Amino acid sequence: MDLGPHAGFIWASYAFTALVMAVLVLNAVRDRRAQRRALRALGDDRR
Amino acid sequence: MSSSPSLWTRLSNPSHFMRWSGTLVPWLTLLSALLLAVGLYLAWFVAPPDYQQGETVRIMFIHVPAAWLGVFFYGAMSLSAIGTLVWRHPLADVAQRAAAPIGAAFTLVCLVTGSLWGKPMWGTYWVWDARLTSMLLLFLIYCGLIALWRTIEDPNRAARAVAILTLVGAVNLPIIKFSVNWWSTLHQPASILRMGGPTIDPSMLYPLLVMIAAATLGGSTLHLYAMRTEVMRRRVRTLTIREAERLDAGRPRVAPAASLPLGQPL
Repeated sequence: MDLGPHAGFIWASYAFTALVMAVLVLNAVRDRRAQRRALRALGDDRR
Repeated sequence: MSSSPSLWTRLSNPSHFMRWSGTLVPWLTLLSALLLAVGLYLAWFVAPPDYQQGETVRIMFIHVPAAWLGVFFYGAMSLSAIGTLVWRHPLADVAQRAAAPIGAAFTLVCLVTGSLWGKPMWGTYWVWDARLTSMLLLFLIYCGLIALWRTIEDPNRAARAVAILTLVGAVNLPIIKFSVNWWSTLHQPASILRMGGPTIDPSMLYPLLVMIAAATLGGSTLHLYAMRTEVMRRRVRTLTIREAERLDAGRPRVAPAASLPLGQPL
């Protein structure tokens, strides 16, 4: 796909968005796992 | 005399929330992914290049949904703030706290993609015009709220302080929306939500609307997921405090953890 002379700006926009969304999702998953581990350690197995 | 709890009472019950949201999140995730795939396909392979901007118009398909969600989540946080201050709804603060990082992330994406779009179109990454500045202010308000939560240890005090600050910051929302009408800005005026209908050609408008729908659904799913985690965090805090109190008193375990109430407000 030829994105013309401003291809770098277009790719950078999508790459930055993908990076931020990935960080957001991975952080949410990591946080969930941490809380679940803490709950298990306290004897609470509810989900 | 017994009566079944009202919808409001059931909604305010964190354990009820954990049940229905747990069922809903996987389906919403799947639906968001499908809608995003369709939106990206339309944005990249169906929407034509703009007659003036050429291919750079493809940045619009992420910039506009990000801007919408930055404002949308702040609006949701403002409603939650009212829920915290007026009704002390147990889930209102949970919803507000879970929304802040998501709203901040979308606002950041909006600012950066707008900047990357501005350079080839306007010749500059940044100008201090009313729309750009009010969006930057929104991002700073998000950061301030997140910092305030981390500063105040007691969740109840933090909830009230953050709710008040959120409502003060909500003044910025109409400024963002109408800044392009009230002041002379380099940023273009409204082209979707305006009197007289959208000014974008349907060949670009429909892919954009699909991307907005996908981002809204995806963001809302992530919000639900983060709310569930926040309820769990509060459970952890409650149980930790009880355990500490038990150890302080030198008593053996009083009640099995499984019988403790779910997500008690602290």
